[in-house]
Amino acid sequence: MNTPTLTLPAPGARRPHPLTALAASVPGSVGLAGAVLLFFLVAALWPQALQTHDPLQMDLAAVLQAPSAAHLFGTDQTGRDTYSRLIEGTRQSLGIGLGATALSLGLALLLGVTAGLGGRVADAVISRVLDVLFAFPTLFLALLFVTVFGVSVATLIVAVGVGTAPGYARMIRGQVLAVRGAGYVEAARALGHAPARIVRQHILPNAIRPLVVMLTLGVGQSIVWASGLAFLGLGVAPPSPEWGALLDAGRSYVTRAWWLEVMPGLAIVAFALSVTVIGRHLQDRLEGKVGRP
Amino acid sequence: MTAARDALPAAPADILLRVDNLTVSFGQGPAVVRGVSFSLAPGRCLAIVGESGSGKSVTARALVGLAGPRASVQADGLAFGGEDLRRFADRDWRRLRGKHVGFVLQDALVSLDPLRAVGDEIGEGLRLHGEAGSRAQRQARVVELLERVRVPEPAVKARQLPHELSGGQRQRALIAAALALDPQVLIADEPTTALDVTVQAQVLELLEETRARGKALIIISHDLAVVSRVADEILVMRHGEVLERGSPAEIFGAPRHPYTRRLLDAVPSAHSRGTRLAPASAPRWAAPTGSPAAPSGLTPPVLSARHLVKRFRGPDGVARTVVRDVSFDLQAGETLGIVGESGSGKSTVARIALALETPDSGAVTLHGQPWSAVTERERRPRRRGISVIYQDPLSSFDPRWTVERLVEDSLGPDPADRAQRSARVSELLDLVGLPAAFRHRRPIELSGGQRQRVAIARAIAPEPRVIVCDEPVSALDVSIQAQVLDLLGDLKAQLGVSYLFISHDLGVVHHLSDRVLVMNQGEVVESGAVDEVFLTPRAPYTQRLVAAVPRLHRAG
Amino acid sequence: MSTPIDAPGRGGRGLARARLLWQGLGAVAALWAAASFTFLVQTLMPGDRAMLLINMAAGNLTNPSPEEIAAVNARYGFDDPVLVQYLRYLGNLLRGDLGVSFQQHQPVLAMIGEQIGPTLTLAFSALVTAWVIAVALTLACTAREHPLSRAASALQVALATIPPYWIGTILLVAFAVELRWFPVEGQHSLAGLVLPTLSLALPLAGYLGQVLQDEFARVLEQPFVTSARMRGMGDLGVRLRHVLRHAVLPGVTLSGWALGKLLSGAVLIEAVFARQGLGGLLVAATSARDVPLVTGIVLTSAAVYVVTNLLVDHAYRLIDPRIRLS
Repeated sequence: MNTPTLTLPAPGARRPHPLTALAASVPGSVGLAGAVLLFFLVAALWPQALQTHDPLQMDLAAVLQAPSAAHLFGTDQTGRDTYSRLIEGTRQSLGIGLGATALSLGLALLLGVTAGLGGRVADAVISRVLDVLFAFPTLFLALLFVTVFGVSVATLIVAVGVGTAPGYARMIRGQVLAVRGAGYVEAARALGHAPARIVRQHILPNAIRPLVVMLTLGVGQSIVWASGLAFLGLGVAPPSPEWGALLDAGRSYVTRAWWLEVMPGLAIVAFALSVTVIGRHLQDRLEGKVGRP
Repeated sequence: MTAARDALPAAPADILLRVDNLTVSFGQGPAVVRGVSFSLAPGRCLAIVGESGSGKSVTARALVGLAGPRASVQADGLAFGGEDLRRFADRDWRRLRGKHVGFVLQDALVSLDPLRAVGDEIGEGLRLHGEAGSRAQRQARVVELLERVRVPEPAVKARQLPHELSGGQRQRALIAAALALDPQVLIADEPTTALDVTVQAQVLELLEETRARGKALIIISHDLAVVSRVADEILVMRHGEVLERGSPAEIFGAPRHPYTRRLLDAVPSAHSRGTRLAPASAPRWAAPTGSPAAPSGLTPPVLSARHLVKRFRGPDGVARTVVRDVSFDLQAGETLGIVGESGSGKSTVARIALALETPDSGAVTLHGQPWSAVTERERRPRRRGISVIYQDPLSSFDPRWTVERLVEDSLGPDPADRAQRSARVSELLDLVGLPAAFRHRRPIELSGGQRQRVAIARAIAPEPRVIVCDEPVSALDVSIQAQVLDLLGDLKAQLGVSYLFISHDLGVVHHLSDRVLVMNQGEVVESGAVDEVFLTPRAPYTQRLVAAVPRLHRAG
Repeated sequence: MSTPIDAPGRGGRGLARARLLWQGLGAVAALWAAASFTFLVQTLMPGDRAMLLINMAAGNLTNPSPEEIAAVNARYGFDDPVLVQYLRYLGNLLRGDLGVSFQQHQPVLAMIGEQIGPTLTLAFSALVTAWVIAVALTLACTAREHPLSRAASALQVALATIPPYWIGTILLVAFAVELRWFPVEGQHSLAGLVLPTLSLALPLAGYLGQVLQDEFARVLEQPFVTSARMRGMGDLGVRLRHVLRHAVLPGVTLSGWALGKLLSGAVLIEAVFARQGLGGLLVAATSARDVPLVTGIVLTSAAVYVVTNLLVDHAYRLIDPRIRLS
């Protein structure tokens, strides 16, 4: 793996500027991923900068055209440019992904930290709850929510958020328990520090370290799940340009106009991959700095 | 046995292994082994001694072609029984390994496959080299081998997994595996490290027997005393080079190289009490020498334990009594050593003394006030009076913190002023011999000895009266160990603290302690002044323990 | 001289039976908790359930009279206090009655029984295929030096991230539509199983492969592997006879969790390839807000998961005898 090595400059030597050192230690693949992510961010915040056509404009003369120089990703059944529609839908897709991830991690933090710090009873109860939630496949749980609460963007966010929370909660709980049993926590106890101080200074900061990584990886996964639901017709409805909705709309055209189905999927995959690469790099950095001697 | 030791070196025709100017390097880096030469004849034992980084292990592994994936091995001559090892391809090495050269690694718990039966591991060599025919014949041979290394109930043990055997049995099984094909040479890399003293003695006996049967032996070790018993020739290595070679009598009686002399001086024992182990350049201030002052019996003990009992429930649900009716007193300004093998309960006693465990019955008092019987809330402000130094300091440091923050954190509420606190941290770092530049480093960037100094600085920061030392030097090289022991002695003289010193190493305990407790399986078997207990032991266990410790016989 | 810690436990058989009982109880408890959870979610349903049912039957929004509403309430027991409804629900479950579909008016259990076969076939064949791919990739890559193994690593990361429905779509378009190697719609043929299985298996193989590879690399450094080499064992022998057994352990634990992921994926894949199975049933039920059917399917999947995990746990103990004795 591309773990940057931590070299210590000799005392007295001038330390290189932190940004230069950072740039030098980042491998090429991560740089590429960052560029892709930046592209999507721009697409979300300022779509007009990247679009080639007006996403709403229909052109019945150019219906169901394959990808070409004129239309990068082809056109749909009313002649609208697929590429531009994709860009247009970025904001909503990212919004759903971020919302679901925020909900998911919020729940996970609450459950995981309570289970880890709360004593044997709290831990037992929450662990059982998590075990049960884990027994439901994520999609099934999400579908249960959609059944009960109906199809809407809010339900989508809640369904994906609640569906992915148990996994993260378990990870956080494990992390908190591991830190609790660590040697430095006992050493702090032996020094006479109060429990609140130990939690504040040692347990929480060390246990939450992997959270940044979880957040990055989580956004990718949330978008994948949300679009999965949309693919089944249970997400945002067409004619919204949201990626999942595009997937749903493209389903009936798979044999005739494959680009309507494959391209939105490509956007989702590109986003998820770049976010995963960055997340794993962050994880490597975290472990490289804090790892074993 | 003595006759073989004093015999002249064997005639060239008898030489099994010849190594001439061996050099090993990894990638572009400097050579890890440089210019090592020796020869080995049947029935002779060669010991390669050195501290970590000396290149002794790499040398041994280069002899079987396992120096490492990116190692480049060069030599003017490297021959085994007439075959030139420098020309060996992978197939040739596989033919050599096991059949002609047996190799024993340290720590059988990780050197035997934990998921396979011990018998399978031993028989694997037989199978690979096509010996001992059918499966039944192999199994019979395995049982025979286990018998030879004196593992009880060999047929039963052969079917068990490594963790079901005791430490000593495991190590002997590992040796049996190396001897399975009756190789001419046996190489043992740190065969006695991580073993209890009594088990060490058994393993050494086994190695001696192997040599007596006509095999050539190479022993790699960091422990001079261990090899002094078995070796015919000793090579002292440092930074990849052989600094000195000779028979044990020559090396121990009249060492020529200053490093060898330093190494011998650094070994703590009964003879080194009251003296510095490391060269005088190590400490940062002049400190009084001579035996530590005997404490007066009039002041109340700073730490006192009565009838401690502690039981633990194992993963199989069975309750084991780890500490049985242990009582002791620690007087002001004295060092009380607790010595025992693994499973003796000494670490648990230390934890009870620190109130990190509560005893099932019995009580501990600190400075005359109840310590184990009160609530944690009452104890907390008093915890400054007692601190701890662990064997592995790294795990007791928050991985994100710098040295400065670690020491400052243990200062306590005063001084409240930031400048004063910073000054105090500087003082403490100075006291333990750490340069000021280390303040901003993280412990992970420091060496083992430096980390232990940080741990000591942190332990003395709250100005305690008692410091519990749980195997503080066991993981350190001999020369670093010497420096840390000197530091502990200096601090005691300067600050007047009392030490509760836990260790399995009798030499270290004898060097540092005033009185000692000998523990075995949870009980205090014997206690008293350290000279009395170690030089004239009364309890049979203590006698066995003392007899098993390998001794360095030095002239003068 | 053996120390007290090393005395091997001979509580053996009685202990194993006790553990089996304990696990069985745990499984039952988990199922009960799952049932309670789904009941809870049902009661949170906004709006009046009777109204919903009537609208569903009519096909559009209607304005039913109070008598009609009362009739529906009486029929489904919506008027009873929550606790009574809960106990009735549990009671029905114990008898194997998962309720009646709102939409189809057929017993849920029967509907599930018809459709569960193809889904389970798909899920399990995907699990086996994923394992085969992951082990093959791992063995192939650690036999060489670095460039190939890094490429394999990258491939595995990619596969693990890509959603199965996208892989399914690509495979469908490439191999079925364009190249015509496989049927576009093959319900009961083995050929029709290939593409769907592959679509499900590849992402899991990516994930499993990463875990296997990491563990493989770690175990390869362990002293007992060096010991084996020192007896004369070669590279391949070391990998097959020593490392593999250790390296698959975390993968075995993962397989229990993986089944959940596979079931989720199966729903999507069945949609892509228009296959029969639980997925289609579930999606239709969700769109129609057919609560009993959805709940029934969700509970069934939970039951499958719990049983599979019990089996996985036993498989783990068989491979790692250290756990057996503790």
